[in-house]
Amino acid sequence: MNEITVFPILQEQQQQQEESTRQPVDIGALREKLAAGRGPAFWRTLDEAAETPELTEYVEQEFPGLSGQIPEGVDRRSLLKVMAASLAMAGAAACTKQPKELIVPYVRQPENVIPGLPLFYATATTTNGYARGLLVESHLNRPTKVEGNPDHPASLGSTTIYEQASTLSLYDPDRSQTVMKEGRISNISEFTGALSSEAQSIAGRKGEGLAILTGATTSPTLMAQMNAILAQWPAAKWYVHEPGVNPAVKSAANKIAGKNAFIAYDFSKADVVVSLESDFLNSGPAALVYARQFAAKRGIDKGQEPVRLYAIESSPSVSGSLADHHLAVKSSAIPAIAYQLAAKCGVSAPAAGADVPWVAAVAADLQKHKGSSIVIPGEFQPESVHLAAYAINAALGNVGTTVKLLEGVEPEGTHSLEDLANDLNGGHVETLLILAGNPVYAAPATLNFEGAIKKARMVVRLGQYFDETSRWSHWHVPEAHYLETWSDARAFDGTATIMQPLIEPLYAGKSVHEILTILLAKPDNSSHDIVKANWQAGYKGGDFDAMWKTSLHNGTVDGTAAAVIAAGPAVALPALGTSEANFEIVFRPDPTVGDGSWANNGWLQELPKPQTKVTWENTVYVSTRDAEAQKLSEGDVVKITVNGKSVTGPVFVVPGHAAGSATIFLGYGRTNSGHVGTGIGYNAYAIQDGATPYVAVGAMVKTGDKVKLANTQEMQTMADRAPVRAAEWTEFKEHPNFPTAEEPSVPKELTLYPNQWTYEGYKWGMSIDLNICTGCSACAIACQAENNIAVVGKDQVTRGRHMHWIRIDRYYSGNLDTPEIYNQPVPCMHCENAPCEVVCPVAATVHSQEGLNQMVYNRCVGTRYCSNNCPYKVRRFNFYLYSDWQTESMWGMRNPDVSVRSRGVMEKCSYCVQRIQEAKINTEKQGRRIRDGEILTACQQVCPTQAISFGDLNDPNAKVTKQQALQRNYGLLDDLNTRPRTTYLGYVKNSNEALRGQRG
Amino acid sequence: MANQLELEDKIIPDPGEKANIAPGFDYASVTEKITGVVYLPFKKSPKKWLVGIFTAFCFVNLLMFCIWTLFIRGTGIWGINIPIGWGFAIINFVWWIGIGHAGTLISAVLFLLKQDWRTAINRFSEAMTLFAVACAGMYPILHLGRPWLFYWLLPYPNSMWLWPQPRSPLEWDVFAVSTYGTVSIVFWYVGLIPDLATMRDTAPDLWMRKIYGLASLGWRGSAIHWHRYQKIYLILAGIATPLVLSVHTIVSFDFAVSVLPGWHTTIFPPYFVAGAIYSGFAMVLTLIIPLRAWYNMRDVLTLRHIDSACKLMLGTGLIVAYGYGLEAFFAWYSGDKYESFMYWNRVTGPYWWSYVLLIMCNILIPQALWSKKVRHNIIAVWFISIVVNIGMWFERFVIVVTSLHRDFVPSSWGMYTPTKWDWGTYAGTIGFFMMLIFLFVRLLPAISIFEERETLHHEAKHAAHAVQEHA
Amino acid sequence: MAQLFRPSANSLAKIAIGGALILVCSTIGIAYVIDRGPWITDVGVAPVQPIYFSHKHHVKDDGIDCRYCHSSVENSSSAGIPPTETCMSCHSQIWNNATVTEPIRQSWATGKSIEWTKVHDLPDYVYFNHSIHIAKGVGCSTCHGQINEMPWVYKVNTLYMNWCINCHRNPGAYLRPKSEVFNMDYQMPANQASLGAQLVKENHVQSLTDCATCHR
Repeated sequence: MNEITVFPILQEQQQQQEESTRQPVDIGALREKLAAGRGPAFWRTLDEAAETPELTEYVEQEFPGLSGQIPEGVDRRSLLKVMAASLAMAGAAACTKQPKELIVPYVRQPENVIPGLPLFYATATTTNGYARGLLVESHLNRPTKVEGNPDHPASLGSTTIYEQASTLSLYDPDRSQTVMKEGRISNISEFTGALSSEAQSIAGRKGEGLAILTGATTSPTLMAQMNAILAQWPAAKWYVHEPGVNPAVKSAANKIAGKNAFIAYDFSKADVVVSLESDFLNSGPAALVYARQFAAKRGIDKGQEPVRLYAIESSPSVSGSLADHHLAVKSSAIPAIAYQLAAKCGVSAPAAGADVPWVAAVAADLQKHKGSSIVIPGEFQPESVHLAAYAINAALGNVGTTVKLLEGVEPEGTHSLEDLANDLNGGHVETLLILAGNPVYAAPATLNFEGAIKKARMVVRLGQYFDETSRWSHWHVPEAHYLETWSDARAFDGTATIMQPLIEPLYAGKSVHEILTILLAKPDNSSHDIVKANWQAGYKGGDFDAMWKTSLHNGTVDGTAAAVIAAGPAVALPALGTSEANFEIVFRPDPTVGDGSWANNGWLQELPKPQTKVTWENTVYVSTRDAEAQKLSEGDVVKITVNGKSVTGPVFVVPGHAAGSATIFLGYGRTNSGHVGTGIGYNAYAIQDGATPYVAVGAMVKTGDKVKLANTQEMQTMADRAPVRAAEWTEFKEHPNFPTAEEPSVPKELTLYPNQWTYEGYKWGMSIDLNICTGCSACAIACQAENNIAVVGKDQVTRGRHMHWIRIDRYYSGNLDTPEIYNQPVPCMHCENAPCEVVCPVAATVHSQEGLNQMVYNRCVGTRYCSNNCPYKVRRFNFYLYSDWQTESMWGMRNPDVSVRSRGVMEKCSYCVQRIQEAKINTEKQGRRIRDGEILTACQQVCPTQAISFGDLNDPNAKVTKQQALQRNYGLLDDLNTRPRTTYLGYVKNSNEALRGQRG
Repeated sequence: MANQLELEDKIIPDPGEKANIAPGFDYASVTEKITGVVYLPFKKSPKKWLVGIFTAFCFVNLLMFCIWTLFIRGTGIWGINIPIGWGFAIINFVWWIGIGHAGTLISAVLFLLKQDWRTAINRFSEAMTLFAVACAGMYPILHLGRPWLFYWLLPYPNSMWLWPQPRSPLEWDVFAVSTYGTVSIVFWYVGLIPDLATMRDTAPDLWMRKIYGLASLGWRGSAIHWHRYQKIYLILAGIATPLVLSVHTIVSFDFAVSVLPGWHTTIFPPYFVAGAIYSGFAMVLTLIIPLRAWYNMRDVLTLRHIDSACKLMLGTGLIVAYGYGLEAFFAWYSGDKYESFMYWNRVTGPYWWSYVLLIMCNILIPQALWSKKVRHNIIAVWFISIVVNIGMWFERFVIVVTSLHRDFVPSSWGMYTPTKWDWGTYAGTIGFFMMLIFLFVRLLPAISIFEERETLHHEAKHAAHAVQEHA
Repeated sequence: MAQLFRPSANSLAKIAIGGALILVCSTIGIAYVIDRGPWITDVGVAPVQPIYFSHKHHVKDDGIDCRYCHSSVENSSSAGIPPTETCMSCHSQIWNNATVTEPIRQSWATGKSIEWTKVHDLPDYVYFNHSIHIAKGVGCSTCHGQINEMPWVYKVNTLYMNWCINCHRNPGAYLRPKSEVFNMDYQMPANQASLGAQLVKENHVQSLTDCATCHR
């Protein structure tokens, strides 16, 4: 399946040229095409149109109507009416002729491109500047699905939710599509001219007054370009802004190493891990690697004792949900705890506050595991915590085994957004190039960037959306999506990837390289030329083309990994200020839409947040104690005030949240984010203080209003049903069968209908290891991308009509202050005794010879009886026409191997049957059976901890067979004799006797 | 004899609970009395009738509007969701089907049991049955996600070589309900033939005569006709009787066959049937009480009929109560954690009020019917009959909604709130039902004429006997 | 009282009853015939194509192999419709100024694709794969008929589900030796029954009637 090829783009370009030599633009015809929403893919039409301003303008007005896909509200409804009406007609006329269809073959068929066979290309995407390697599936040169690149050190074959959702962003009809000059339609040549002439005057000033703002980056090409610019114009300044990144992480690392460095951890050697409010399994450039290593250490079935995790955090993180011990303290109290821990581990640390008894036990445990433990500081903790953590690791002899100092790959000597704001206000900036980010929105309120930006004479903005920042920029240039352009980036360990595009820019977007090259007076260089030239320049070896090809093919460049470096002179821990606020506000990027750059992505908006299962808005996390004190319950609107400024948002009471603190989330309250992301949630930036951006003293007051949250899971407890079964490591050693110990076994012959199935061929099954599921929800998004699952919008989610085929249930048990948190992914169980099958009057859901519970959309009439009778409630129903059949740009995104469901039919997890069929056809042609691991379901493939395994239960050596043979294997609701094919492995936690009973 | 209806205000006294018909009627006058309602010129129709049918007509339009919207926009306009996949549509379907039971019971079962009091109300309740079934029949089609494909539920040879799925209770419904509808309509029409002939002969207007003449299929009332009539009517009664049991038994399978706690129970068939008859008689009373007043028919629809109907309601009501009792008992006795939680949730959960209403309306209030005074207080009876109708609707609400909204896996529990479209459709079908009733009483003899004549005949005989015994 | 109806009314009534019955039956019958007839199924109907392209000429007279144009038939779900390039590979040399080949040169010059009308068109929810059928020994002509005899291509089978199922239930009845797959004039031998059984064993042909085989 994973056939990898290089250079798709050359063919694409070739084709483009042919297409652009088509008939001249005919406005009338274009008008009709747009009006009727047919004709060639409209972006191509726009390409042609972009030459004539008035037409472009027309298109600009016309386009939203064409693409108007609002997940809730009037427009969508009216669209639905039309669509549904035509559907109804189609149905009524079921027995009439099939409409004529056309076949439109290539004129010149690009080699490798065979209709019906997907191709996979290696590329990468960046989060906070660091690369994550990808394999992208492409059908007829349209990227449809993103997978992790198993050969890439920062991916290992998995991805996070963001890579999965990036395809939707690529095809998002709300992306900006034309160059804008002071709010009017312009074009790229006009812009290039303007910037070139500006470059003249800048040159005259030796770069004085030139400010370039980029996001965090590791791109060698970008750095080379910037260095060239700074070299030719020494007075120019480079500013870097990344709202989701805490500069303390880097500064601490640099201090420790005495040079540009990155601290990497190796969990494959760790037996005890202490997290000082770090979400290391879910965020940061190495999260996927850490997750994979951590999961391996948590594997208990070979008898070794699992790694023990102590999580000290103010609100339960994804990583925290796997913690064996959980201490809920205010975020601001963590430095003190870090120092106490340091002191107890033999580090000379300034005295810090009253002892927390809990810490002593943790320290003792760490002492027992010198060299095989990790103390990992939180991404948003101050420098002191990072220094302390390293000092502890050093003292425990972990440095060199579980903790490594690597050469840093981020640029040095760049300035911060604060500096930029000051320079702007000081009138030192004439020309401002904003090449990434959205500072007008995503900057602390105290900077008042909106005010500052007006001081510049010329502001150029490169962005994928015409957003808050674009509104205040003289020039807006549409930015190319990472799947549309050439670039490069390095992973946390230094390994470089050359990012190759899979498709021509849909909206003639430009890359950051193509903007900078204008300043370097080479305006005509394409990204491809720039990136290739840069690598060629730096290449010492022999045959460059060979190296270039293999690098593209593998998705990594050999010999680019960063070296391990020694620590510099020990750094003394700075004394701590006493910051004992009685109430504090913690700022964090949103779990799904991040810093707000993903706000217009419907998949991420509708993805339930791991902790709360709330969709489509950000809430205020409060502790159960504060909730009691202020009589707050879910949905109560509170007013959060931080030094004078305030926002209001609905609360969500989070068990395990630290008392005296509330967590609020950045990324919402957008005002210019397109149809999807505009005007939902509150804007936390509006009260963020540049001085204390991540935790601030503040107040929370109940306003009295109450809102209904779009929550996909109302019930938090297990109501003595035991869907999740857990045991202590010690218990587990005595009773490995604890999940099924007191379960009455149901005799298999207890069924009204005879057991007619023998499953001689294949016998598909799935096993989910609850012990290593972090609840990160990547599986849900991967499934959505693979199976063309529709977005339904907040209103429909509120009505209980979300469509996810795999949901992650989250249950609490134990006490309210430090509860145990369990995550349970629930796809279709594919029961051998499926209750849904017997009740469908038209046989639209039936059993297959391989034990699949098949859902046949085109036979379904929509009685919904199957869903009523499904004990797991994994079936989803199209109450309206949820799939977007209008927006032309979405068609390219869909997986051509999966039907797009229409109104009134049931749907559910199919075990990715399209992948099964593909594998069967390929192996049948080769006359062999399918090997284990040859079929990966979308959820399995993406899972960072590999908690999901799928395969043929008739194959004794298959991983799934072995897992289902384990004693801690159990079926959900097994007592109903449904005989689920999807089973679970019980949860085993390894708590510390010293702290047994008092998890807090 | 002057047409009674012209002196509408002059209240005709009720002959009391002993008499099936007031004294002083002869064959001619009873015929005139009943046909008079139909022969009445349109201008003379009672105001109440005009107002009634107009209101009903408005609701029919509401129904059309709701259905149109449903087809254009989809089932999403209703309050249903996952987990509550069935809402008002199925609740109303079961409710209407239940109401549709009185007719067959009265005409068939009571006929076989030789209950003479049935004669005055059987024609009317059969009609009611048909209309109720018509309303019920709409819902299963409307509630489909793709209603235009409803014919896939019918076994017909097709180019897909696919048949409906015989294990599905919904498939059994298709046959149960359609059979019931067909038999009821045949039964009803056969019963009409002699009266249609009577009207052919007595109608004042030539066109009416021609129409009724066509409809009466050349009935001459000859001995041989009557002989065959008796035979076929007896046979049809024989066929219809098991249907009274079968239909609602099968409807109850829709729930009983599933795995859901609160649905998956063996008590459903008997207690659904009892409930159906219960609600059926309630509806009959709800309708005939006002009608006998408007059309001044206290002398033919006498206390005797109302009294007997009340007693039947009381009886079936107690069976239903027993059903509720058993549900509670099994919840405890089974020891099944899902079952017991389900019952606990019914009584104390978010929908506790619906369960309380159900107990009040179906069990507590109807107990008043033990007292003769209440049974003879027409207003009270009418009130109770309405209460029972409401109660039986809530029974279905409780079964459908509270069982679905909290089933097995706690993570996917949910709530159900009906939308304006749910209510609109429900009200619409009630309007449709009422309109058919109004048309029926205006166009056809609402009371079986020839059977009333028989009644007169019998009463005369009895009188004669009585005299002889005296002597 | 005067009679309402003349005696003839009786016979009229009888005729009416009989007529109603006949009407119902005949309506169903006619509907069935139309629904299965060419007007609905397009069987035997050759749509007008942008080019007068004769398979008969190219396959039978010139003896060009199917795979020369439908090149991906052995390894992809789609058999592949030849790009203009393929036509030009010959027609830049021969008939290179005939009017009949003009549209090809047009397409080649303008880069605008030739838009053919689909003849064998399955619904979008049916996922058919050519390669596996070829690999298992289902001949081209088994489904497409003797294309080599068709100046204008038309459907010889309805491609309805019952038609597919018919073979999927009993593949043996239609299989041929792999060597014969592309033989357009292949006739089933008398011993098809035994041959089929043998081929089923040799090529590991399964009777796949699970819905998910075609519907995903």
